[in-house]
Amino acid sequence: MIEIRNVSKWYGQTQVLNGASTHVAKGEVVVVCGPSGSGKSTLIKCVNGLEAFTQGTITVDGISVGDPKTDLSRLRARVGMVFQHFELFPHMSVLQNLALAQVKVLGRSQEEAAARGAALLDRVGLRDHAAKFPGQLSGGQQQRVAIARALAMDPICMLFDEPTSALDPEMIGEVLDVMVELAQEGMTMMVVTHEMGFARRVAHRVAFMDHGEIVEDAPTAQFFEAPASERAKTFLSRILHH
Amino acid sequence: MGEFDFTVWGPSLPFIRDGLLFTLRLTLIAMTGGIVIGTLLALARLSPIVPLSRLAGAYVDLMRSIPLVLVILWFFLVIPYLTGAPVGAETSAVITFTAFEAAFYCEIMRSGIQSVPRGQLDAARALGLKPAQTLLHVILPQALRNMLPVLLTQTIVLFQDTSLVYAIGAKDMLKAADVVGKNYNRPVEMIVLSALIYFAICFGLSLAVKALQKRVAIIR
Ligand SMILES: Nc1ncnc2c1ncn2[C@@H]1O[C@H](COP(=O)(O)OP(=O)(O)OP(=O)(O)O)[C@@H](O)[C@H]1O
Ligand SMILES: [Mg+2]
Repeated sequence: MIEIRNVSKWYGQTQVLNGASTHVAKGEVVVVCGPSGSGKSTLIKCVNGLEAFTQGTITVDGISVGDPKTDLSRLRARVGMVFQHFELFPHMSVLQNLALAQVKVLGRSQEEAAARGAALLDRVGLRDHAAKFPGQLSGGQQQRVAIARALAMDPICMLFDEPTSALDPEMIGEVLDVMVELAQEGMTMMVVTHEMGFARRVAHRVAFMDHGEIVEDAPTAQFFEAPASERAKTFLSRILHH
Repeated sequence: MGEFDFTVWGPSLPFIRDGLLFTLRLTLIAMTGGIVIGTLLALARLSPIVPLSRLAGAYVDLMRSIPLVLVILWFFLVIPYLTGAPVGAETSAVITFTAFEAAFYCEIMRSGIQSVPRGQLDAARALGLKPAQTLLHVILPQALRNMLPVLLTQTIVLFQDTSLVYAIGAKDMLKAADVVGKNYNRPVEMIVLSALIYFAICFGLSLAVKALQKRVAIIR
């Protein structure tokens, strides 16, 4: 589903991605972790073309992201993305947030979009909040709305960039629950997170990044029990003893 | 002194009303046109296309460094050359104010657009919205809301500045007061009346700004 091959990216003189390669098969969940500044956000934003990359290839469902002929808007409409800071549109109600792209991008009618939106709100446990504005919700609720907004587009895969790291600890669970459920239903997911409990529960593989490189890319059990690289070991011991 | 005769206010009202209607129309058109053109200018200024951004920047800088009265006079003299036919003082005033205010609204809209967090753009694009849709449905509504108090404050300034069309003889409220003042030989009384009307409207508008600010502020 997602193929990342030898992707490099420079910001002027500084290299932020260095020959990164990994893949996410259909129905697979891959967790990406690594220290701050290692290039995780940059990599995941390259997958739907929010960031351009300098070298290498990325394909999503066989479509080349870096190809200038690719209609990126169309591709992005099929790839769900969830951000660290939710990025709900603050001037629209929750339901309008869910409906906007359905109507403008997929061409659904208002009623259709509202019905789909309401069904997804129900699913993330926020049925009664449709008329509220994002600012009236807690962080955990906002992130669940953001997930519902992405799902409303019926995506073929989902990208998550640290979806719980801006949340108060007591709200992390409610968001992870939604994500676990999604994973168990077979959604293809690429998830940047430091929630190692989540990784253990649902990830098929874990990719560890450092200095723009994917240093290690291993099945979940192997990654936790016997990390091959020194850097991954150090990272794990730091993060697990926190 | 002590010879004021405010009874002149009565017969002056029809003239004042006509003048005031022009003043309000001028303000409204210059505000609407100024915000629309100003927003386009702001987009040009923020555009990665360097010549476009330079050109918009030059226009804004030019307008902001010339006294408004000069722009009013200059447009009044130049527009007939461009259109090939003389335009009335009123039409000239409408064109001038729209063009002039656009430069100021541009700067307001520019900071409004920049006040929208980068992540909002990412989120809109990630949903598959095209650039124009992103602008129309996500960026500009937030920029407008963030800047509403400043936009309206600028409009109050604009409303006061319209009195400068006096310089080209357009029949605004101040001109009407002036004419009546001369005809009845009561210039002071008429100036007092127009000052009171300007004050009442500006004061009312600034109260409205405060009320509106509360109503449309984005809940965060
Ligand atoms: N626009 C930019 N210009 C220059 N350098 C940038 C830019 N954006 C990111 N970087 C650099 O690229 C590197 C990777 O950033 P990135 O945000 O992808 O890291 P990350 O792994 O997501 O970190 P975090 O865990 O803090 O979110 C960092 O060193 C950052 O400083
Ligand atoms: Mg990041």
